[in-house]
Order: sequence, then C-alpha cells, then structure tokens
Amino acid sequence: MLTKRIIPCLDVKDNRVVKGVNFVNLRDAGDPVELGSRYSAEGADELVFLDITATIRSRKTIVELVEKVAANVFIPFTVGGGISSADQIGLLLRSGADKCSINTAAVNNPDVLRESAERFGAQCVVLAIDARKDLTRNGKWVVCVKAGTERTDIDAVEWAVRAEKLGAGEILLTSMDADGTQAGYDIELTRAVAEAVHIPVIASGGAGTLDSLYDVLDKGKASAVLAASIFHYGTYTIDQTKQFLAGKGVPVRL
Amino acid sequence: MLVIIDYGVGNVRSVTNAFRHIGADIVVSCRTEDIEQASGLILPGVGASGYAMERVAPIAELICRQARTGKPFLGICLGYQILFEMSYELGEYQCLGLIGGSVIPIPPGRTIPHMGWNKVIPAAGMRLFAGMEQGKHFAFAHSFYARVEDPAASIATTEYEGLSLTAAVEKGNIFGVQFHPEKSGNDGLAVLRNFVGICQEAKQPC
Repeated sequence: MLTKRIIPCLDVKDNRVVKGVNFVNLRDAGDPVELGSRYSAEGADELVFLDITATIRSRKTIVELVEKVAANVFIPFTVGGGISSADQIGLLLRSGADKCSINTAAVNNPDVLRESAERFGAQCVVLAIDARKDLTRNGKWVVCVKAGTERTDIDAVEWAVRAEKLGAGEILLTSMDADGTQAGYDIELTRAVAEAVHIPVIASGGAGTLDSLYDVLDKGKASAVLAASIFHYGTYTIDQTKQFLAGKGVPVRL
Repeated sequence: MLVIIDYGVGNVRSVTNAFRHIGADIVVSCRTEDIEQASGLILPGVGASGYAMERVAPIAELICRQARTGKPFLGICLGYQILFEMSYELGEYQCLGLIGGSVIPIPPGRTIPHMGWNKVIPAAGMRLFAGMEQGKHFAFAHSFYARVEDPAASIATTEYEGLSLTAAVEKGNIFGVQFHPEKSGNDGLAVLRNFVGICQEAKQPC
C-alpha cells in the first residue's frame, strides 16, 4: 500500500533556509545543506527546496546550492522557485533534483508544463499553486503568482484540473491564508483540488499540531503533507510525526 | 569499476551521488571502452520510453552484447523499463529485449503517477534484497509498469490500489528496479550495496 508522505520544505533565501508568516516576516531557520541531509537521514519521505526569491540574478548560485544539497539527500528531491522553462528543468535535474515545481511561469505560459512533461516525464513536473480565498467569489480560491505578491483571476481548482491535462504529475498546493500560521491546513481547499484531479496533491501551508497533519491527509484527501516551521524549529521530529499518524491508522513509512 | 551509462536521459547525478556515498568505484560514461571494461553496468533514466530508446539507440547493441557476457547489469526506473521487449508508452517502441515482457500504462481509476513509498515483496532468493527484512518501502515515481512474461525472471511486487505491480526483476546477471534505490533512503542504499557486491563476486574467477 502506498504510504502518505511527510515532506519538510526548505524555503531558501540568500543561501539560508528561512520561514515567514503568510509569506512575509522571514526568519532564519538554518543551513539548507545541513537541514536537507538531516531530514533525509531522519526518515523524511521527500524534500522540497524552494528558492523563494526566484533569483533571476543568481541562477548559477542556486544550481550550485542544489548540487550541494542533493549530494547528501537520498530521498526524492523537488526544486522550485523562478523556474520558467523546460531547459531550466533539464539543468536542475542534471544537478540532482528529481522533480521541479513550476508556478508563475506555468500561469504565464501553460505550455511549459506540456513541454516539460514530454521531455522529462510527468512524474517530475510539479505544478505549484499558491491559492488565496477570495471573499468576492463565494469564498472560492484564486491563484496568486510571483511568490504570492500578485493575485490573478484564475480559479485554483480549475487551474489544477487544466494543469493535469497539460502534463503536470503532481500538485503542490499552498494555502497562502494558512501559510506559516501553524493554525492548520486549509482542508476545504485541499479536498476541493484533490477530488478534482487524478494526480497526487501535496498539502502545504498551516502545519501546526500533529492533528492538523492528520486532518488534511484524512479529510483533505492529500497524498502528502508539506511542513516547514514545525520541523525546522524542532516542535516535532519526523519520527514523532510518523508515529502519531501510524497510531491514527494512516499508512506511513516508519 | 562500475559504469553508469550516460545516454542523456535523466538523473545521472542522483544515481552517482548514491553510489559514491556507499563508497563504490563509479564512473559516468557512454564510451565504448569504459562500458567494455566495467565490472558492472548501471542504466538509469527518467522520462518517456520513446525518447529514451531514441537516445540509447546508438549504444543499444553494445549494451545488449555486454549484458550477454554475464556482466552484472542494473536498470533503474526508465532504464529498467527499456530492458523489456516492447513499451507502449505514448506509442509503440521496441526496447532492448533482455527480459521478456512489455511496458504498459497503469490502468486508470487510481491516482497516477504511482508516486511515493510503497512496500516491496521480493521473491525468495532475489540477490538485490539479500540480507534485508521483507516488506521494506522504496520510492516510486511512474505511470507505466512492466508486465513480465519471462519464465526465467524472478520478480518483486508492490501493491497499488488493488493492482499488483512489478517492482524489481532478476534474470541471471540482469537486474532491474522500477523504484529509485538512489532515492529510497537506507534501504535503497542497501540494494545498491548488494549490487556492488554482486559485481565484485562476478569479477572473481571461480
């Protein structure tokens, strides 16, 4: 039986892991190479590395950092942030990434999903969606781009469905309303997307108590949970998290 | 020396990192002399079969000839899928034909790709899993799978939403894994160590 995945996320800025609340007020959380290696050894199921500055100015630095992190990570490794073309995905895959997540570029040019899936296979193309509840639209969710700074009119659920057709193999779904608050994932949003697509959905944003992880896997129908603060600041270890979920009957790799 | 055959498809770096981590003497190459001198060969790969076969075509004959010498040979993920006779991924492609069987889509009605960690049950005596407890988890990421039709092959299976999938295969000196041992934590590294051990044994005269 396929297990539910527990995925620590490294939000990287200026070669350091940082974590904010609702995408702002960033604080330092450590060295990405050290944290990546630790999570891999401690039994995390995957690792996500997001270049949150989407550094157009120093793409080379990011590639070098990805290489260093990957050298000590023996679990699937996803890299995202500022990726705009299939060629860039090719470069990151050669540098040690196993999957790449695309956000803004896919909104601007959905064809990049199709082209990347054709070249590298759908299994390494992750569509990242930053979604925010829009009260003017009966509480539906709209897609935000450029690290959450720009709101679009695109409906998050519809976008997920379209991305699957284009070739995305997975969806990394972040609730901007919940991100960094540690008040629990947006279960409604996660479930709406998970029920609309046939590809795995990784729930992100809002990890707090272990119950909140359980809830989004159970009620939210997520295939995986992504969390940052609770692991970086040592609130819970990966093992504690998995033991808790196993105790609730969730299939996990122990 | 082991050689990771670099034919321009996929995660050569990850596979190299993992072999280096376990202390293997490993080289990434597509040169004929390296492949001929190797004590074991690894064929990695991610992506689509058609593209992979196109890329591997110039060295396909060399690979098959080497595999038939009895040299240990390990295909990983897409590199495993092209060991079979045919692939029906986005078309119809003739593959290396080292193991009888074909690669077909995972039937719909379940979440696809089969993505994440699943429990693998090897047949008795499979050397890649030697010394390991039964039912370890390995990392998968694929939408197609191999239907093995080779009576000489032993298989390991994994269960995915009611479907029994082939997770690994062994036929003489030919080994293949659908999962990514280089990305399956300590248990994956143990599989790679077993392969390195198989290569060392094969090198020694009886």
